This record gives sequence, C-alpha cells and structure tokens, in this order.
Amino acid sequence: MRHGDGRRSRGLASVRVRKYGFILSFLVIPLILYVVFVISPYAQAFYISLTNWRGVSANPQFIGLENFTRLLSDDVFWAAVRHHALLLLAMPLITIAIALFFSFLLNLGGGSRGGRMTGVRGSGFYRVVYFFPQVLAVAVVGVLFQAIYRPDNTGVLNGLLSGIGIGPVGWLIAPNLALWSIMGVVVWQSVGFYVVLFSAGMAAIPSDVFEAAALDGAGRFRLFFSITLPLIWDTIQVGWVYLGIAAFDCFALVQVLSVDRGGPDNSTTVLPLEIWRAAFTFSKFGYASAMGVALFFLTITFAALSLRVTRRERIEL
Amino acid sequence: MSNSAGTPREITRRQMLRRIGLTALVAGPAASVLSACATSGGSSAASPTAAASGAATSAANPFGVKADAPLEVVIFKGGLGDSYATDVHEPLYKKEFPKASVKHVATQQIAQTLQPRFASGDVPDFIANSGSDLMDNGALQSEGQLLDLTPLFDAPSIDDPSKKIRDTLIPGTAESGLIAGKPYILNYVFTGYGLWYNSKLFQTKGWTPPKTFDEFKTLCGTIKKAGLTPYAYAGKNASYYQYWMILITAAKAGGNQVLIDIDNLADGAWNHDAVKQSAAAWAEIGKFMDKSYEGLIHTEVQTRQNQDKIALYPSGAWLENEQKSNTPASFEYAVTPTPSLTSADKLPFEAIRAVAGEPYIIPSKGKNTAGALEYARIMLSKEGAKGFIQKSGSLSVVIGSADGLSLAPGLQSTADAQKAAGSNIVTYNSFENWYKELETELRKQTNSLMFGRISADEFCANMQKKADSVKADSSITKQNRTV
Repeated sequence: MRHGDGRRSRGLASVRVRKYGFILSFLVIPLILYVVFVISPYAQAFYISLTNWRGVSANPQFIGLENFTRLLSDDVFWAAVRHHALLLLAMPLITIAIALFFSFLLNLGGGSRGGRMTGVRGSGFYRVVYFFPQVLAVAVVGVLFQAIYRPDNTGVLNGLLSGIGIGPVGWLIAPNLALWSIMGVVVWQSVGFYVVLFSAGMAAIPSDVFEAAALDGAGRFRLFFSITLPLIWDTIQVGWVYLGIAAFDCFALVQVLSVDRGGPDNSTTVLPLEIWRAAFTFSKFGYASAMGVALFFLTITFAALSLRVTRRERIEL
Repeated sequence: MSNSAGTPREITRRQMLRRIGLTALVAGPAASVLSACATSGGSSAASPTAAASGAATSAANPFGVKADAPLEVVIFKGGLGDSYATDVHEPLYKKEFPKASVKHVATQQIAQTLQPRFASGDVPDFIANSGSDLMDNGALQSEGQLLDLTPLFDAPSIDDPSKKIRDTLIPGTAESGLIAGKPYILNYVFTGYGLWYNSKLFQTKGWTPPKTFDEFKTLCGTIKKAGLTPYAYAGKNASYYQYWMILITAAKAGGNQVLIDIDNLADGAWNHDAVKQSAAAWAEIGKFMDKSYEGLIHTEVQTRQNQDKIALYPSGAWLENEQKSNTPASFEYAVTPTPSLTSADKLPFEAIRAVAGEPYIIPSKGKNTAGALEYARIMLSKEGAKGFIQKSGSLSVVIGSADGLSLAPGLQSTADAQKAAGSNIVTYNSFENWYKELETELRKQTNSLMFGRISADEFCANMQKKADSVKADSSITKQNRTV
C-alpha cells in the first residue's frame, strides 16, 4: 500500500478512516483469536520463564533471570543452538537449490515450443510426484525413515549400499553424521512444496520476456540466471524465511529418529526437544519457558535479518 | 506387554515403578484432589483397629480375626487375572474361618470403583491396587486411609511360626512399600533382572553362562567366532537396560550402599571404585557389540535374539512374556546373574537384582482389618504363593514358593536364580524416579560408554558432574533413603 505521500487534507482523512475502519472490521475477529491463542501464551511464557514453576503449584516463585543465567552454562542448550545454526545455514540453501532446479526443469527446461516455454517431458507427472512427501504427516515420514536409515543391512539404504560392497553406514548413530541424516529427511519432505511454490512464481512471468530473450539468443542457463531468478526473487525470499523458521523446529523428526531423543551424545538435539524434555520429563516449566523465550528471540531475529538482507529493488512488470 | 516401538515399554516400566510404590514417596500434590471428595465419611465412621474387631489373639490367629466377620476383597483383574484370589486365597481363608463370608469383587477400574467408596467411608477390606487406573497410594496414605502393615510383616509365618513373615520374603519387600517411613504397601510380585539367553542354544554349542567378567570376555570371543553377536542391548530407546546392569555390577562389587549413595546424591557416589570398575568391565563387553545396536529399539534387538543372532541380552523377567509371539520352539529363555568383577566382591555371583511389585493395600477404615491382615498372611504362606504362581504365571516374593512347580522355562530360571540368590539381593534405584535429569544423563553416558566414545573414568566424571549439579539445583526437591 503506497499512500504515504505526506499530504493531509480533511477529505483524504475521512477516506482513510472509512477505509481502515472497513479493513479493521474484518481484522478484529482474527486479531482477537491471535491475541488469545498466540500473544497471551507468549506473554505467559515470558512470565513463567522468570519463575521456578514445576507445573504443579498454584503460585510459582519469582526468581528473576536465574533460568537465563543457567541457560548460559547449559551445554545441551548450546549444542541445540549450534544445531539450529547449522540447520539454518544448510537446510534452506539445499532445499531451495534443489527446488529451483526441479521447478526450472518442470517449467522451462524443455526450451521454447511454439513461442511458449515448456518443461521437460512428463513434467505434469513429476509435479505430482514431487509433492507426495509433503502430503505425508511428519510422524509417518519419521517412521518411514527409521526403516530407510536402519543402521544394519536390513535398512533400505544400507541394504542398497551392501549390494555394492559398502559397509553399513550408521546414518543416525554416527555423531557427526546423524544431524545431516535428519536434515536430509527435512529436505526430502519440503522440496516438493517449494517446487510448487517456485513453479507458480515462474508461471507468473510473462512469456514475452522469455521470447524476447530467446530471440536475442539467450540459452537456458542465461534465461534462468538473468530472467527467472530475478523475477521470482520475492518467492525465494518467502521460501527462505519459511525454511529458516522450519530450521528452528525439527522436533518431531529428531524425537522419532534420533538415538535416545537427541543423541548420540546430544549430536542431534534441538531446542524444541529440550524444551519438551525440560517441561514434561524434568517438570521444570520455568526453565523450559526460558528456553522457549530464547527460541522466540532467535526466530524473530532470523526472520527480521533475513527479510532485511534479502531485500532487493522490486522489479515492476 | 506391548510389542510396539519405543514408548509403550517405558509406560510399562513406569507403571511398574508406580506399582512398586516408589512414586508414593513423591506423590504429595494428588492428595489434595482426593481430600476434596473424601470429606463426607472420615471421622464419623468407627475406626476399628486389629484389637477392636473382637476376638482374642493367639499364635494361630495373631490378628484376632472374628470367626464370622465378613471379608470383602477387591482384585484388579488384569494381566495376572483374578483366579489366584477366587481359587486359592479366598478358599484358604474360608477354610480357616468357615463361618465368615468372603465377597469377591473383580474390576479393571480400581480408582473409578473405589474412590467414591473411600469418599463415603464404605471401604472394602483388602485391595489389589493395580492397573493403569490404580489409586495413588501416597495420596491415600496422607489422607490416613491406609493401614500400617508393620504388624503383618512382624507376624509369625504360617509355614514356620518361629519366623516373622518379613524374613520369609525376598529382602527389601517390606522396604519397597514404605511411605513416609512405614510399610503401607504389600508388593507381592517378584521381578528378577539379569542376562537372558537361549538355554537350548547354549547347550548345543557347549557354552556356559559366565561367572566372572574374565569368563564373560572369553565367552564373548568364542561366541563371536561362532558368528553371533555375543552381547547387545537397544541403544535407541532402552539404554536403561544397560545402566541397570552397570549398577548391578557396581552394587555386587561394593554392596547395596553404592546404590543408596547414588540415590542420595552423596558426594563422590559415582566416583566410587565399584562404579568405576563396573563401567570399565562393561565397556570391555561393549567392544563385542555391533555398533548398529545403538540405533535399534528393544523389540528389534529382542527379535534378533529370538533368531539366535544375539547370545546374551540384559532385561527383566517380563522378557519371556513380552516375546512370547516371537519365540520359536528352539528358543528357551534362561537368566543368569551378572558376572562378578573380582573375588573381593561384597555380594556373591548368585546375587541378582530383584524388585517386588504389584501393590496390595489394606484400608485403615475397613470393617474387618484383622481379617484383611490374615488374608495377606495367607497370601504370604507357601501354599498361597504357590497357588498364585500357578494361576498368574508370575513369581511371588515368598522365598522358595516356586519349588516343585512346573513353570515356563524363563520363569523357572528366574525362580532358580531367586532361590540361588537367597538373601543376596541387589536393590532398586530410586533416582530413576526422583531425579529424571540424572536418569536422562545416565542413558546418554551409558550409550557413550558402551559404544566406545568415552572411557569409564569419563563416564564416572560426567555422571558425578551431573549428580552434583542436580544436588546444587535448589528447584529440585531432594529425597533420601536409608534402606
């Protein structure tokens, strides 16, 4: 909405009141729901994080920032933060790269035919297939990958590898491989969605731009890097934020797949898992909330930063 | 017992621990819930004590049961069934008091059935408080609803009047039912822990279960050459099976005080020589494990054992029952105690970890508490316990009660182990319930140790560090035990 040209007159103001009043009347119900079910739990979590509440007493004791100072010296917490950093760097990058590659092939990879850009042969079929993993519930995916990653030769991957003479790989039991294995599952599951997202972005690019470029003799790669990529940059940016936020989760997969929930030796643990453990296993709700608050700020910081960093001049078509 | 993955086992174990009554000690809060509905009955009802119920006491009738007083028995009809009560204990009671009528109530919903009756003051005389809907014993006790069972444990045994009942039970039975320092719970079912193997396989291969860790290592070498994995546990979700073994070995070497010190977060408890030696010995055995077992769950490992791919597996006596549907005819479960570390061990090789479970209680405000105590005394006689074993397929805490019975091979083996152990019993760990953070850390460190990522010294140091930090954490309520 680009209305802020600074000029004010009575007529304009009344238009504005009417306009915003109209919008507000639509927003008020979702806003109330949002306040009750999102903002207020957050606010409570902030308060609980300053107490030593154990989940049972009616009056938790206020202990100031003690939970937070304890966080600073908690190895498991820092291990989880490091894992989020790694997930944040690698997971979106890999997912977006693969999704861009696939959606380019599906939409533009076939070159131009009769003046229209087309995908590779059978792209309609692939489009559906890529989306399959997205349809599966994350718990199902977890159970599926238990069988795929099983550490002996009865595992799907290790069975295949043993066929070509490579010894069983401890996908989830080797401390420096386990997190990557879990990341692989996240990527496998999310690629389909981003293929669809980017495909929609690409479909929105007017075909005359491609035609003009093609007439000028641009090849497929030139088309991709000079036209497609800049024109769907907004979509990629959105995808990046989604994936980044997903990188702060991974609870279900780690819970189902990892050794002893977050192991071996904390090598796969993530903050949501530690929050869950602190709250429901150790019944330290205050401490768990402190971790939750830390996670909140990490996520917010990431979203703000990434939106700022990836901001570009918008290309008007 | 469920065969599905992961959590069911833990729930089962938690239920088991609940039955053992350990949680009773930390149960405080739930008491207020009960008190809310327990207001109506209470003080107005007469409070009969053993003495008040009439008849004189004698050697044969130590609680002074009135011969014609009716008795109401409520039995949880779950995995153990209820025929052990209807066909064994209740007829025995009727035989002793022919004039008394015995009312039998079987239910799967103990709490739903009985909570209202506690609230109104019309309570039955004897209760098997089990199942997933059991009543919170800690809450009942704090409401004054439970009868102190000290007279029961001190009463003369039916089989040998010169002995107190407590001395005819496996050591620690009375202690396992302590709430606030007094025995309020009779834990009647016996569960033994050790290393399980296929006795038929061992026979054909000519292997004998090891008595020392040196023998254990030699045997592991032999088994490995035969193409089997000598020893394994499930690292993914059941590393506590393994830490039980480490702690049993430590307790055998240094005595049960080692476990008590660990539970009490005593300074340096984890750095005790016995713990260190045990960890080191088990780490040596860990070298014979396949790395892949860290990524498997307990049912996967147990099934591999049934397929004779694994020789020895650490677990408790429920294993045979749990694996029933997967066990081929060529597989007969047997259990052996954990091997001894050195000849200087405080407890002999035969010592096993044994835990009493399945709580029975006597309401303090019942109309025939003396009769209920006598009923419990009958349960704890050899005849009563034998009948229980035959009807329920589980062992009882009465020493020697399985003698001469024909049992499933694994159960027979547990009974033999129990008999061989005599009074050499390794007791329980309370920290598993008291300090979950310590328990979680122990699982982690156990996997690290057994799969060769840390040394025994590091294991002890890491555990001591965690124990110290739990001790220093003022937000965690500290518990204590002396037995």
